[in-house]
Amino acid sequence: MDISIAGLAALYIFLLAGFAGWVIIGHVPAILHTPLMSGSNFVHGIVVVGGIYALLNATSLTEQAIGTLAVALGAANAMGGYVVTARMLAMFQTTAPAKPARKHKKKG
Amino acid sequence: MLTILPQLAIVIADLAAAFLFLFGLKRMSSPVTAPSGIAYAGIGMIVAVAASFLYALSVETEAEPYLLVNAALAVAALAVGGGLAWRSGKKAGLTAMPQMVALLNGAGGGAAAAIAAIVLLGGITDTAVLVVTLAGALIGSISFSGSLIAWGKLDRLIKHPLRFKGQQIVNGLAFLATLAVGGYIGFITLSSNVPMLAMPLLIAIFFGLSLLFGILMTLPIGGADMPVVISVYNAFTGLAVGLEGYSLQNPALMIAGMVVGAAGLMLTLLMAKAMNRSVSKILFTNFGATKAHKQSKIEGELKPAAAGDAGIFMRYAKEVIIVPGYGLAAAQGQQKLYELVKLLQAADVTVKFAIHPVAGRMPGQMDVLLAEAGVPYDLIFQLEDINPEFETAAVALVIGANDVVNPAARTDKSSPIWGMPILDADKAKQVYVIKRGEGKGYAGIVNALFYKDNCNMVYGDAADVLTQMIEAVRGLGKAAA
Repeated sequence: MDISIAGLAALYIFLLAGFAGWVIIGHVPAILHTPLMSGSNFVHGIVVVGGIYALLNATSLTEQAIGTLAVALGAANAMGGYVVTARMLAMFQTTAPAKPARKHKKKG
Repeated sequence: MLTILPQLAIVIADLAAAFLFLFGLKRMSSPVTAPSGIAYAGIGMIVAVAASFLYALSVETEAEPYLLVNAALAVAALAVGGGLAWRSGKKAGLTAMPQMVALLNGAGGGAAAAIAAIVLLGGITDTAVLVVTLAGALIGSISFSGSLIAWGKLDRLIKHPLRFKGQQIVNGLAFLATLAVGGYIGFITLSSNVPMLAMPLLIAIFFGLSLLFGILMTLPIGGADMPVVISVYNAFTGLAVGLEGYSLQNPALMIAGMVVGAAGLMLTLLMAKAMNRSVSKILFTNFGATKAHKQSKIEGELKPAAAGDAGIFMRYAKEVIIVPGYGLAAAQGQQKLYELVKLLQAADVTVKFAIHPVAGRMPGQMDVLLAEAGVPYDLIFQLEDINPEFETAAVALVIGANDVVNPAARTDKSSPIWGMPILDADKAKQVYVIKRGEGKGYAGIVNALFYKDNCNMVYGDAADVLTQMIEAVRGLGKAAA
């Protein structure tokens, strides 16, 4: 037995997810646009999960090759997106004296 | 019965991942909560990836003999892809972020396209799934090859936009051919006619054409438009991932992909608005080609100034507004800049940074650059907030920026950048422009600001000029003591 999404429900998911993305991003200040971009870049790295599914169900050499490629690319997308975003976000500081000065990250 | 439990676990894990992604992105709306935001999203990713291995318990019967090899391949691919990206992500300089994001974008698009290929090769019987899979394949492939070209441009491997006569027609034909092959694949699959060519070959042709179109589409786009291009491909990859999520009946992919697609679209529109140009114009017309362009006559002359003199002038000013541009990033001068700013602040000069939405090579690049140097983000102001202040500022210091401070956008209707919102640096009492040479900006337009009476040019590499300014200001301090 498979758990599947009926056709219409898929449309609703797309609609609501798209709307959620629009609203959430609308509130991000311009100063964070680069981290936001690499952050959303990281989020579409979820494609790696689809790659794993496809690869596990592969039955021929061609499918295995393409599946491996999909997983490798997806993993690179997710991992790279995370590292880059986290690195950038760690740098944002404020002059507000309330918070102790954060340790300065060593330059890469 | 044995297969339903793992499937249920996957569904729950995916649901948790989708929630964590949304929650994480939400927290990215403030610099204070943003670091935890990406951490939450990261947890979501780990949960989803770990759970995806449970698919191994419910593979189709034909795939069972291959399962061990397939699982090993998956682990190896995760390690290699993730490992390489981790290394280069840690190593990449902050100025290389646009390239990095372009490359990662391409990877995501490529992964979505590869999944589509497997689904197509496996044979599809459902019309909706077929159409969605083909669409995802097309968009993912364009994002893959287009992002690689964008990366090449940003990394200066490709130095000039490639343009030729009739380019739009060629691109249009390539796109139509891609659609035709895709349509043919759909027609054969659904009508179960015997195709003229073997199906795998047809699918390969379809992907080849899609990839080609991505390359053709990106080649003519100029460097100044790269922020928009990266943003568009980010949205494309998100969309492709969402569509393939439908093909695989995976709601986590559908949600995450669509959220990113919408977010990318919004960022794209913001960028385009900041340049006062429509997205379709940026993508499909050759902007920035240095055509023989009639320009309003510019009066006055370029007046060079010594770096030291400019530094001393700023030391005794009341308020200085700094306009950073790509030249600062290229010269890696951000640390020096903040050093100078701290010296000025110590001398009771009010210093603010004014950032144009499309300064640099990707949205917000200047903000990241300044953050890297340790500049507190409350000193950084966006266009609409800072523009009224230029009139009262004693000095505007423009570093390696050009088109974003070109008053022609306000005054010259014939200018290609007419109507683009700019930073009103020309309204400051004194303007200093640090520039490498007398060249034009990316848009290929002469900047009337440089010829104005209140403007002086400081020629040289931004980092070198800033160093000289620092020395001059420091020298003053010693003399006074």
